[in-house]
Amino acid sequence: MTEANAYEGPVEAQFGDYIALLKPRVMSLVVFTAFVGLWVAPGQMDPFLAFCSILFIAIGGGASGALNMWYDSDIDAVMRRTQDRPVPAGLIGREEALALGIGLSILSVMMLGLAANWFAAGFLAFTIFFYAVVYTIWLKRSTPQNIVIGGAAGAFPPMIGWACVTGGIGIESLLMFALVFFWTPPHFWALALFMRDDYSKAGVPMLTVTNGRRSTRRHIFAYTLVLAPFAIWLGLTSVGGPLYLAVSAVLNALFILGGWRILRRDEVAAEADGYTVEKRYFRFSLYYTFLHFLALLAQGWVGGW
Amino acid sequence: MALRPEHELHGRRRGRNTGLLVVLALFVALIFGMTVVKISNGHMMEGFDHQPRTSLIPAEGDGDAPAGDIPAAEDEEEGQ
Repeated sequence: MTEANAYEGPVEAQFGDYIALLKPRVMSLVVFTAFVGLWVAPGQMDPFLAFCSILFIAIGGGASGALNMWYDSDIDAVMRRTQDRPVPAGLIGREEALALGIGLSILSVMMLGLAANWFAAGFLAFTIFFYAVVYTIWLKRSTPQNIVIGGAAGAFPPMIGWACVTGGIGIESLLMFALVFFWTPPHFWALALFMRDDYSKAGVPMLTVTNGRRSTRRHIFAYTLVLAPFAIWLGLTSVGGPLYLAVSAVLNALFILGGWRILRRDEVAAEADGYTVEKRYFRFSLYYTFLHFLALLAQGWVGGW
Repeated sequence: MALRPEHELHGRRRGRNTGLLVVLALFVALIFGMTVVKISNGHMMEGFDHQPRTSLIPAEGDGDAPAGDIPAAEDEEEGQ
């Protein structure tokens, strides 16, 4: 005999699915870079308020992730990498994702204003708007430079962290922005090289689809060359020092070398070994930013120039 | 038999509800913590409350410091 009240509907979302809606892996990068921005900034901030500020920046980042999942649920359902996300998997409705995104956006901005200052809060609001509207809604589906523009949204958190302490912008925070901004395109284009069909199936104009894979390889190498001077320049400012410069020099040399290797390969060779070089480069690019910011943190700890 | 047997729905939603409870409790704790920090680090947070108060009257020659020792102002407040 079956239970009279047995529920035969679709699987229901659990608490973890709502967390997944906030893109926790992206959030971890946001938390880390915002923390470093806050840590190296000149000035004093109460540790508890600093903790709260980082938390609200992270929630703001999560909110823009939810808004992204609301708008992009159609293409997320097509791409292998994203089809298990809560909205395309049918666990959470689109409206619910939108409501959570808007609600958390407002909450995070107001709370950051109270915890730190209203300049930082306005900056966070701008970042959410930039990622959700300018990138996700407007440019992602219309230009192959989508990754470049999206990278700006990911590059703002260290500037927000800096603004929490200083209440403004400095050359150091602009260079931290540049570090993430110019790093993002080669990072994602390397991913696009070995995730072959995903983006073309979804109709997202990735550089690999619009300009071809040869051109993408050239772009990756070019961006590593543009990135390096900014990374080194950051080491010459008040937040830099010998430790950071040494780490940055090694990482940039390796990054340029990796970009060069990608440039020299053709598709036949890449396909033959299952995109080993591209995959290795993608993994290294994750360490690249992490180690740069870790070096900044360590330099701040031991004292700079 | 219990008067209201638990609906299967409640069991399924327990994890979600507990999670939300924890988040809300942490949020309250956070606001409380921020309040404590702001008050203990903050400047004077007294505002005008439709009642002249000596602590809000600036001392002569110093625009910021509160002047609690102006007898005239004190008398005025007591008189109300």
